[in-house]
Amino acid sequence: MTVIYLDNNATTRVAPEVLEAMLPFLREAYGNASSMHGFGGNVGKFISEARERTAQGLGCSPEEIIFTSCGTESDNTAIFSAVRSQPEKRHVVTTRVEHPAVLNVASHLEIAGYEVTHLKVDELGRLDVQELEDSLRPDTALVSIMHANNENGVIFPLERIAEIVKSRGILLHTDAVQTVGKLPIDLQKLAVDFLALSAHKVHGPKGMGALFVRRGVPFRPFMLGGHQEKGRRAGTENVAGIVALGKAMEMAAAGIDEENSRVKALRDRLEQGIMDTVPDVRRNGDPESRLPNTTSLAFKYIEGESILLMLDQHGICASSGSACTSGSLEPSHVLRAMGVPFTFAHGSIRFSLSRYTTDEEIDLVLRELPGIVSRLRAMSPFTGNDETAAGCAC
Amino acid sequence: MWDYTDKVRDHFLNPRNAGPMDDPTVVGEVGSLACGDALKLFLKIDDTGRITDATFQTFGCASAIASSSVLTELLKGKTVDEAAAITNKEIAMELGGLPREKMHCSVMGQEALESALKRFRGELEPLVKPEGEIVCKCFGVTDVQIRRAITENDLTTVEEITDYTKAGGGCGECVLDLERILAETRGTEPAKPKPAAPKRKLTNLQRMQLVTKVIDEEIRPSLKKDRGDIELLDIEGAKVLVSMRGACSGCPSSQLTIKELVQRRLRDAVDPDIIVEEVRS
Repeated sequence: MTVIYLDNNATTRVAPEVLEAMLPFLREAYGNASSMHGFGGNVGKFISEARERTAQGLGCSPEEIIFTSCGTESDNTAIFSAVRSQPEKRHVVTTRVEHPAVLNVASHLEIAGYEVTHLKVDELGRLDVQELEDSLRPDTALVSIMHANNENGVIFPLERIAEIVKSRGILLHTDAVQTVGKLPIDLQKLAVDFLALSAHKVHGPKGMGALFVRRGVPFRPFMLGGHQEKGRRAGTENVAGIVALGKAMEMAAAGIDEENSRVKALRDRLEQGIMDTVPDVRRNGDPESRLPNTTSLAFKYIEGESILLMLDQHGICASSGSACTSGSLEPSHVLRAMGVPFTFAHGSIRFSLSRYTTDEEIDLVLRELPGIVSRLRAMSPFTGNDETAAGCAC
Repeated sequence: MWDYTDKVRDHFLNPRNAGPMDDPTVVGEVGSLACGDALKLFLKIDDTGRITDATFQTFGCASAIASSSVLTELLKGKTVDEAAAITNKEIAMELGGLPREKMHCSVMGQEALESALKRFRGELEPLVKPEGEIVCKCFGVTDVQIRRAITENDLTTVEEITDYTKAGGGCGECVLDLERILAETRGTEPAKPKPAAPKRKLTNLQRMQLVTKVIDEEIRPSLKKDRGDIELLDIEGAKVLVSMRGACSGCPSSQLTIKELVQRRLRDAVDPDIIVEEVRS
C-alpha cells in the first residue's frame, strides 16, 4: 500500500539529495574531524561548508551557528545559557503552547526557584502582545516564544515580539523548529538572540539540530567536554548529520516562496474539501497567520485515534491532538490552552504537508475521510445530540 | 502507536452490533465527552430474562469501540444473571488483551452493562448521581469505582488505577486520595515517609566538625564531578550557610542541588533539623 504521508510536522522524509550528500561520511569518510591525521581532519572542511549553508539559509554568519543533536538540545542550550549567564535575573517568560522542549525546561526552572510567566493564547491560538509587554520585568532573564506552533501552525508575530523584548534589553529565544524551511527567515532583520532548528523537519535526518546564537550574546555551554564547536558544544561531530543539515538547508532555501505557494494551495484544497463535505468540522487556529503546510481540524462527536487508525487503513498518515494517541488522557495542552470545546478537542486531526505531497494524495484523503467520519459518527452516542454531549458529569 | 491485537483491530474496523436499537428493553450509559470515552449499551431482554439482542454506541478510541463490540457479542444469548457476572477482565481477555493504558475501556464496558442491568432491575433511575463520592474531578471517577477496580483486577499501584479507571490521569490532584484508597482497599498502610533520623545531641563544635566532614568527604567530590563546588561559610545553630562555586555558581539547578543533595545528606548524617541556605556573593 502506498503511504500518503501528511504528518510532516512530526518528521519529514529525508530528501534523496540529502541522503546522497551524507552517505560518504557514513561509508568511506568516517574519520573524526578532530583528528590530527588528514583522513579525519579533512572532513572538517565539509563541516565548514555545511555551517555556511546553514547560516545562508538563516541570513546569519557561520560563526553564529552551533551544531547540536536536535531541536530539543538547541532549545535547552539556549534557555540554560540565558539564565546561567544572568544569575541575578530570576524571571522567564514563555507561552502555554510551547513544545515540551521549552515547557519542561521552564518547569525545571520553576522548581529551581525561578518565576515563570506563561502567556495565554486566545481561541485562535494567538498571543496577546500587550500581555507579553506587561509581563516583562527588570529581572526577566529570557523570553522564549516559539515562531510557529507545531499543532495548529499558528505563527506568532516574532518581529513585533523582538521589538518589544529587545527594547527592554532582554534576551529572546525562539523555537523555530516548525518554521525553518517553511518560512523565509532573515536573522539580520529578525532580532532574536537564540533560534533553534531541527534537521528532520526540513527533509534532513533525525538526530541533528542547530542553534543560532547572535554574536555578542553571552553564552554558557550546555554540553561540556572537548573543544568541538569552539568549546560551545562538546562531543564528536556528527559529520554525516552536519553535512545533511547543510544540504537540507540549502534545498529548503531554494525557491521557498514558490514551494510554499504550491503546498499552501494543496493544504487549502484539502481543508476546504473536508469542510465542504463533512459537517460539524472546526478549524483549530488562526486562519490568517499560520504555516502554509498545516491544518488542524476538529471533528465533532468522534475521537481522534479512531479517525487516525481508519485513515491508516488507507495508508494515510496524520496525527491527533486527542488524548488516546498520546498516552495521556487529556487533549493536548495546545488545544486546552485555546479553549477548544471538548465536543471538538477529542476529535482533532492535524494534516501537515511537505514538498513531496501531491494532488493525487490530497484527492485520496478527500475521497476516504468523509466516509470514515460518517462511519464513526454513526457509532457515536453524541451524534446530532448536543444536549447529551453537553451533559457532562465531570 | 498502540500495540493492539488482531482481534482488537478486527472489532474496531468491523464492529459488531454498532448503532442504536429500536425499542430496547433497557439502555445502560457511562462516560461523557469531557472524559473522552462514552458508551451507550442497548439490550433487548425477553420474558425469560435472556438477552436476545445487544447493540452499542461508543465515543472513544479503537479499544473503546472494540471493547463495546466484543461485549455485545458476549452478551447475546446470556441470561441477565449470567451477564451480570461478566467482568472487564473477561472483555479484555476476549479481545486477546488490551494495552495496559487502555484497560479503562474494558472497565467502561463492564460499567455500561451494570448500568443497564440495574435499570432492568429497577434499581437505577435515569440520570441519578453516580454511586459514591467523586475522587477524580477531571474524569468524574468515584471512590466506589476505584475500590472495585482495585479489588477485581488486583491493582497494586496508583498508575494501575489510572490505567483501569482514568482516575489520576488529568490534573493529578487526586493522587494522594488514590494512594489512600488503594491502601484502605488492600488493607495496607499508606506509604509513609521514612521516619526522621533520631536526633543526636551535638555540641556546636561537634556539629561544625561533622558538617565540614560530610561536605568535604561526600558532597564536594560529588559536585566536583560536574565541575562544581561548594564553600561552607557559617553555621548558626541548625542553619548551614553555603555558597556555590564553579559550575554550580549561577546554575539554574543550584537550589535543587542545595535542597536535594546538600541538605538531605546533612540531615541524614548530622542533624534532621538542619536547614541549608545559599548565600549569593
